[in-house]
Order: sequence, then C-alpha cells, then structure tokens
Amino acid sequence: MPKEARAKPGASPPSSASAFSGRHLLGLQELPAEEIRLLLEQARRYAPLSTQNRTKHPVLKGRLVVTMFVESSTRTKNSFNLAARRLSADTMDFAAGSSSLSKGETLIDTAKTIEAMGIEILVVRHPASGAPDMLARHVKAAVVNAGDGSHEHPTQGLLDIYTILEEKKRIEGLRVGIVGDILHSRVARSNIWGLLKLGAEVWVCGPATLIPEPLRDLGVKISHDFDALLPNLDVVNMLRIQLERIKGPPMFPSIREYARLFGLNAARMRRAKKDLLVMHPGPLNRGVEITPDVADGERSVILDQVANGLAVRMAVLHRAAGLAPFAEGGAE
Amino acid sequence: MSTLLIRNGRVIDPASGLDGPANVFVRDGKIESVGKATPKAAEAFDAKGLVVCPGLIDMHVHLREPGKEEEETIASGAAAAVAGGFTSVAAMPNTEPACDSEAQVEFTLLQGRRAGMAHVYPIGAVTRGRKGAELAEIGQMHRGGAVAFSDDGTPVHNAALMRLALEYARMFDRAVIQHSEDPNLFCGCMHEGRVSMELGLEGIPAVCEESMIGRDIMLARMTGGHLHAAHISTRGSAELIRRGKADGVRVTAEVTPHHFTLTDDRIRSYDPVFKMNPPLREGPDVQAMIDGLRDGTIDAIACDHAPHAPEEKEVEFAEAPFGVIGLETTLALVMTYLVGPGHLTLAQAIEKMTINPAKILRLPKGTLAPGADADVTIFDPKKKWKVDIHKFRSRSRNCPFHGWELRGKAVKVVVGGRLLDCTTAPA
Repeated sequence: MPKEARAKPGASPPSSASAFSGRHLLGLQELPAEEIRLLLEQARRYAPLSTQNRTKHPVLKGRLVVTMFVESSTRTKNSFNLAARRLSADTMDFAAGSSSLSKGETLIDTAKTIEAMGIEILVVRHPASGAPDMLARHVKAAVVNAGDGSHEHPTQGLLDIYTILEEKKRIEGLRVGIVGDILHSRVARSNIWGLLKLGAEVWVCGPATLIPEPLRDLGVKISHDFDALLPNLDVVNMLRIQLERIKGPPMFPSIREYARLFGLNAARMRRAKKDLLVMHPGPLNRGVEITPDVADGERSVILDQVANGLAVRMAVLHRAAGLAPFAEGGAE
Repeated sequence: MSTLLIRNGRVIDPASGLDGPANVFVRDGKIESVGKATPKAAEAFDAKGLVVCPGLIDMHVHLREPGKEEEETIASGAAAAVAGGFTSVAAMPNTEPACDSEAQVEFTLLQGRRAGMAHVYPIGAVTRGRKGAELAEIGQMHRGGAVAFSDDGTPVHNAALMRLALEYARMFDRAVIQHSEDPNLFCGCMHEGRVSMELGLEGIPAVCEESMIGRDIMLARMTGGHLHAAHISTRGSAELIRRGKADGVRVTAEVTPHHFTLTDDRIRSYDPVFKMNPPLREGPDVQAMIDGLRDGTIDAIACDHAPHAPEEKEVEFAEAPFGVIGLETTLALVMTYLVGPGHLTLAQAIEKMTINPAKILRLPKGTLAPGADADVTIFDPKKKWKVDIHKFRSRSRNCPFHGWELRGKAVKVVVGGRLLDCTTAPA
C-alpha cells in the first residue's frame, strides 16, 4: 500500500481509512503516517479550488473559524483566513494586541470567552511552546496550531511535504536537508516528524550552537559542513535565523560568518544535484541564509509553497470540522 | 505536668538503633522513656499496627508569609505539615520581604508558635535582601533563632561571597544551604534533553546545577564550612557529593520526592504542575537519586513545598512559576517508591526525615532518646489512599501527584508533647 501511494501520490488511499483520528491539529509528532497521507490527499483534492477566487466549496458553510494570533504573522494568518473562506466558513480575527490578553486576562479565559460565542475551530499562533496543547485541554473547539514557540508548525510541515511530493512524486528515500537555526525552529520540528514518518532521510545543518544534539535519537543526521552535505541532497529547506528567540549572548559570531558557512548561494548551487529542490518557509532574509538569485531561481519552489499552503490548510480545516476524509467530494 | 503514653506501636528510632514493639512515654514535652513499661499517663494512644518514630522534619519548605498569604501562610503550611506527618519544618527565606534580619526570623518563629501545629524554624538569608551582593546579619539572625542560611530560589553566585558565607556561618556552627545553579546557564523552563528539544522549550542543562555544586564543594573544603546542597537532581551532582564526602568535605545533600519519582517525560502534556526548579530530569538521574539515598550520599528527603496560586500556575508552560507542593504527599511517596520496592529500609527512610535533617539544622530533635524533644510521628505504613488535592490542608493545589494511589499515611503526631490528629486537625 505505501508503495502504491509512493508511485502515484494522487491515488486514493484505501477505503479502510474512512475517518480522521481527531479534530485538533497540535503537531505532526502525534499524527500517524497514515493520517498525514490522508491530509495530503485531502489537500490534493482541494488544490484546484485553492487558488482561484470564483468558486467556493460549501463544505464549511455556517461554521465559524477564529484565528487567534498572539504572535505577529502575515502569511499564515492570511492563508488560514483564505482557506476558511474558500470552504465557505465564516471567519473572525482575534487580534491579540487589542484584546484582553493585553489587559492581564489569561489565555485560557480569553479562549473560553471566544468559545462562548459559538466557534468550532480555533486557529492559534502563540509565542509560547505548548500554548495550543493547553487550549485543547481547556476548550471544546477544535484547536489548530498555526505555530507555537519553538515547538511545531504542523501546517507548514504539511505544506512543505506536499510541495516535495508534488515535485518529486515521493518522500520515501529522499535525502532532505534542513539548514539553519534548528534549535528555535518549529518549522524544522514539524518537517522532521512528518518527513521521518514518511520515510525520508532527514539531515539538519547549521552552527553547533543552533543544532540540538538529541535530534540524533530521533534518527536525524547532523552536519555542520554545508559544502559537504549539499551535493548529496534532493531537497534543501533553508530556515531563517530567529534572532528574536535568542536570549543572552549571540549564539554565533556574526551574520557575515553565518552566511559564509551556511548560506545558499550560486557558488554552492553549482555543486548541488541538478534537480535539487530549494525551499524556504519564509520570511526570507535575502543575503543571509539565501541569496536573491537562488531564492528567485529556477529550482526554487518558495512561491509554490505559499500556494500549496492554501490547499493544505483547507484540508486541515476540513478535518478540524469533524468531517470524514473526502466528505462531500473534492473540488471536482 | 502532662503525660502521654503511646502504646503497642512498632517503635523505630534510627538514632538509637531501636526497631521493635515498645511504649513511648512523654512527660512535659520531653521523651521520658521508651520500653516495655506502661507508666500511668494522663493521655494514651494505642498505636497497634502503626509505626512510631521521631517526628518527621522537612528541612526545605516555602510558607509564603509574609508576602503571598493567598498561597500559604505559616499557619496553613504548619497545618499541612501536621496533616502529612511532619512535626518540624524549616522555612526558606524567599518571602516578600526576604527573611534577612533578626526581627523577621523572630516573626517566623512567633507565627509558628501562634499556629500551634508543626514547629516552624526559620532559615535566614545569606545576603541582604537575597540580592547576592553582601552578607546579611547572620550572627543576629542566629541569635534570633535561624537554623541555617540560604538565598534559596536564587544561588549565591559570587564565589567570593559564597566563601565569606561559609566562613562566617562556620563561627555559629550553621550550614549554608545552596540552591545550586549557575545563573548564566539557567535560561530555560525544563531539563535540557531530548524532551525539551521535542517540545521546543528552552532547557536547563544538568551542568547548570553540577558546576555550582562542584565549585561550592571546593569552597567548603577550603573554608571548613558546612555546605548543604538543596534539592539535588542530577547524576553528576550525586557523584560530586559522593566524592566530596569521601574526601572529608563537610557537605550534605537533600532530594525531593518528585526527583526520585518523576522524569521530564511528564512535561509532554505541557502541564505546568510539572514545572519546578530544579526541573524533572531523566530516568538515569532518578535512579541516581535512589542510589544516592541508599548509599548515604544523599542525607535527607525534603519536599521543597512551593505553593502557587492557580491563576499564576495555570498559564503557558514557559510563563508559569516554578514549584510544587509536597508536605502532604512526601511520607506516602517515600513509603510507596523507596521503602515499598526495597530501595531503603523503613529505618533508613525514617533516618532521612528525622535525625539527618535534625543534625544538618543543629536541632535537638530527630530521636526518641530520653530527654529529646517530644516530637513523634505515628503512621500506618500500609494504608492505601488516593491523593486528592482538594482535601489538602495547604492553601495551594499545585501538586503533581493528584489522583495517585499511594501507600502509607500519618495518623497522629506529637508536637512538643501535644497529640495532634493528622487527618482532621483544625485548619
């Protein structure tokens, strides 16, 4: 079965997979591989509809999706809102800055207050790792993690995997490198869990101060030599350095040295495989982890990732609404 | 003149090497005799089937008074102590304001006497305001009744100051209790390891604790002062203390029940009830705590009772304060997880909660020898019960053992000759 899914990524999963295991999406760590495949397939079915504005799918009509972003974000929030609207859901933004959170109310009280207004799906971004887990314990709504601290960013992980699948038609056996500030990256964690479950060989690369050694226990391979690693990779996912999460002394000497050691540029690209897939979850720091020519180059799928994010988030909202996989058809 | 006879119990007094059926006779607040005799007494208690031992001492609690009386008071903490079978507790000075003067030491003693429950002994601050800059009036506080000195909650970071503290406290034959942690390495909210990596929570490495213990052992060796390492939690710490003791350094150590029962795996729920400092460590560290207790490296069991209000504690994990309460679960955790599996004999376990902490704090307690203070704990070593935080006498509920089935429960305590009930004593 997995072999068939590999050969034909668009093929329908077996009929036995008739239900999702739950509604919350807190991380990819707790999702079984089969559930990840179901979500990817659900996303594939929504893809034709995801980036065109004329038709809406009625599947979430009459349902209220609230986005509660307690940490600034543009692309993820817009992507969730648009995905919800394309499924005909009502959406409401809960802006943290203007809310009672800034008046000393606890996160749980705030979420319960919003919930009392009848929401079914709460999309949460929060600077504290585990905040969505805490909310899921205290509210009845389905909680979708839109990025929590340095923990997980499951929809980003899913859309990255979706993008790889679109381009490479498989995940198993691929050698995927994630380069940069792994220590603080929720994108890295979600990618690692998802990719490992689907059978990829996962490498992380960056300064030793930003790579947690216990990753080895998960089966992740660690390199601090980007030049040696790059020629072996099928996919490279370049991450931003999260300076805002670094407290205390800087964890590497300078941006210049970082860019020399770990930046993706044209010279390095010449030694990469011809079909290397270049990814970046954004926002980009051009000239630091990636040079503009590479970011905008022919092997970059950075904008495809953004587009695929819509389809993936539609699939995640579909699941969060408690619908069966592929319920009420796809876009066809 | 008051007399009390505790009959028919299994009397265990590690300090006197006693373990067997006997009657304990108390007169005017002192132990008069332990033996077969049944002198006439004004009050009597039949302890058949129960263990009768010296009153348990918890040498590390936070009673929050003054400053955070909504979380605990000296009275409520002393009542929680009695409910848990403790007859004495030593209160850490990280109150608001800090207990750093003779007047505040005497205030703590006075409030303890007013409460009339377990004895409450003040630990004075090492430095003024616990700011780590200059010595507090250790001599004055000693005169006022401080039993030891500590800046607990924060370490004495400055090595020169720690040296002075060890030298100065040595004059009064008092221990300096160090909360061992290098502030520069302390920048997280849980143990640094695989779990913190997976959860995306900033970690506190084991070496944060160990490097400070290593330094302090060297300072204790140099000064001849008595270093007591509070709540040790790592393999490395246990090994450093083991070596220090072997080298003849005056170093003692304590461990909390949560550090010999729980690992950082519990934090996968992101529930702040598992957030404490030092943090929950890994399986081999828990084993090292048990081994350290067994071979004598770790002298005492103390719960680091740290009450917190729910609105403070039930927030995002990284934002929540450190600390859990323990006075009402310690005895049962010791019985269930140390004595039950045979890691410690009953006598060894009692030793770690009686004579050993008494010696560290220089208290004339922890034994049933004739003439000793009449503090006695009477407990049922087999009684099964389920932890229910809502029944606690403590004002706070931040206990990680809610719902656990444990074995061993205090029935009565004698505090200074007075018989008190451990289950229904007045609040």
